[in-house]
Amino acid sequence: MNRLLGVKTKIVNFVKKDKNRSKSRFKRFLFGMKFTDGLFFKVAIYLMLVGLGYIYLYPMLYMISFSFMTMNDIIDVSVKWVPSSFTLENYKIVWDAIDYPNALKDAIILAGLPALSATFSSALIGYGFAKYDFPFKKILMALMILTFIIPPQITMMPTFRMYANYNLLGSIRTFIYPAILGQGFNGAIYILIFYSFFRMIPNSLMESAQLDGAGPLKIFTKIAIPLAVPAIIIVFLFSFVWYYNETYLSGLFLRGSDMLTLPLRVEQFMVNYASLYPEGSTARELMQSAKLAGNILTILPLLILFFFTQKHFVEAIDKTGITGE
Amino acid sequence: MKNSLKKVFKKTFQSILQFSNKYIWLPLEKYIFIPIRKVIYKMFHSKFIHVSYTHVVLFDKFKIKRTNKRQQAITGFGFIFLWIIGYLIFSLYPVFNSLYLSFFKVRLAGSDINTEFELFNNYRAAFLSDPYFVEILINYALSMLLNVPVTIVFALIIALLINQDIRGKGFWRTIFFLPVIIASGPVISELMNQGATTLPSIENYQFIDLIIENVGSFLANPIQALFDEILFILWFAGIQILIFLAGLQKIDKSIYEASMIDGASPWESFWKITLPSIKPLITISIIYTVVSMSVFSLNDVIVYIRGKMLGESTPALTTGYGYTATLSWIYFIVMALIILVFVGAINIRGKRAK
Repeated sequence: MNRLLGVKTKIVNFVKKDKNRSKSRFKRFLFGMKFTDGLFFKVAIYLMLVGLGYIYLYPMLYMISFSFMTMNDIIDVSVKWVPSSFTLENYKIVWDAIDYPNALKDAIILAGLPALSATFSSALIGYGFAKYDFPFKKILMALMILTFIIPPQITMMPTFRMYANYNLLGSIRTFIYPAILGQGFNGAIYILIFYSFFRMIPNSLMESAQLDGAGPLKIFTKIAIPLAVPAIIIVFLFSFVWYYNETYLSGLFLRGSDMLTLPLRVEQFMVNYASLYPEGSTARELMQSAKLAGNILTILPLLILFFFTQKHFVEAIDKTGITGE
Repeated sequence: MKNSLKKVFKKTFQSILQFSNKYIWLPLEKYIFIPIRKVIYKMFHSKFIHVSYTHVVLFDKFKIKRTNKRQQAITGFGFIFLWIIGYLIFSLYPVFNSLYLSFFKVRLAGSDINTEFELFNNYRAAFLSDPYFVEILINYALSMLLNVPVTIVFALIIALLINQDIRGKGFWRTIFFLPVIIASGPVISELMNQGATTLPSIENYQFIDLIIENVGSFLANPIQALFDEILFILWFAGIQILIFLAGLQKIDKSIYEASMIDGASPWESFWKITLPSIKPLITISIIYTVVSMSVFSLNDVIVYIRGKMLGESTPALTTGYGYTATLSWIYFIVMALIILVFVGAINIRGKRAK
């Protein structure tokens, strides 16, 4: 009898344990070992990503679906998202009108050269501000931030007159010269990005290199630059995008030159198109979707560029062997 | 076959190297590099200036110690040399010219510019007789106080989300790069005019009506305003997201592992590791957010100032460029104050935590 009771309690204990175990397994499945790898967390992340991504994708999808629509679809109110018949007519109109391959080549040169020079100069300047102490440093930095904070609308007129005096207007030099001297569009923000990135690199790394006999330039090129690859990439991307997209200043500075940025070309095409067809004609209705097609053709190269460069965000830290301070 | 090809390749490569050594590098060194080095050496070992390991001697008389601090200052200036030149050439004149003109009455007469000095008349007019400016400015400052923290928090959340171990990282990053492209170009104002940047679903599904019915309009109105604002804010968060993302990549992962072994939860390690490491980037993002929202071409203040510049507003108050320069400088001071408030708030909290 006693023996039997003993077996019974054993079985009860075993079942209890098993219940606990399955409970904990379920819990682990939901929340993971360290919470961030559980199902619950994953689902939450994807839900938030989809939700936030939808906000950004919504106008893109709107633009894409509109750009494929024929004239009938645009006028028809019942057609909202999916066009009844896909047409490439809008793209063809814009492609031919702005001579897309050539325009794209121009735009890449117009954005790429200033962006490269801005990246180069701001890396140097940011490093100087971050790693060296010198008199008037705070004042100089304040002046730098001031140039960024002042709305460009104020300094517009004097800047334009100044560039005219320097004979820089109407060519790519209006962008390259200021950029290489650290004064391009949003130049201060690039310098600040580099500044904070170089501040994040521990000083002891530089000191050990100095003890090994490396000069300041060698430390900069061999240690600081390889550690700042993400910063270099984002600065290059930002400046490329800004030079590529800017219409307000570049429309003014590039007036009368053969090279124009893509948005300016699309704008010019729209103006020409509008003057050809009177208000209210059916061809005028088509203009909206042609414009959206032009916008997509403008944005697409940037998206492709970003898709291929974003990998390098991750690689920089793996290549170095420093440990945190 | 393969080996013989390799040999041929190797031989040609070697001969090219030899050739280049003999006919390119050696002459280059002999006739260009060495003379340059000599010139530099002479420059620093002449009568006027003599550089030794411990001292710099000027004109054989003034002995200056080569301290570490001075050396640092000189190399530092060397690095920012480009910026100083650029500032003197390109930035100094427009900034101070506009400041200077803000004290003047400027009239464009053909290609001539007539200026008439009147000390603080423009400033007085902006505050006392301009009916709209002060009101617009106050509204702007209040909306900034709400928008900037929300922007930073959202950007940080999105950056943290993309930084997790998720599938299709490239795809997600590209989606969250979209606002950078769109908000910097002419497309954004177009989309805003067409209403494509607002979410129709919120209005369509009577979400707000539901709140009004159940709770009351006193709660519903701020929520609706916040929703409208959030969509606008998210469009301006693209660059901050990327800055945070690049910063998060730079944090050493072994620190997280160490803290996990010590029993820190992800929540704790976010506050104790992630946030302090990217604090300098938060400061930059604040500056960027304030500036990009303030100079955005559809911003109320900018629209007002531009209207004044082009003389679209009431003729009684248009005093041309001088007055707009005044308005812009006042606007700039308000912007700078807002930035100072936020940056100061962050740094004070950081000091207390230490």
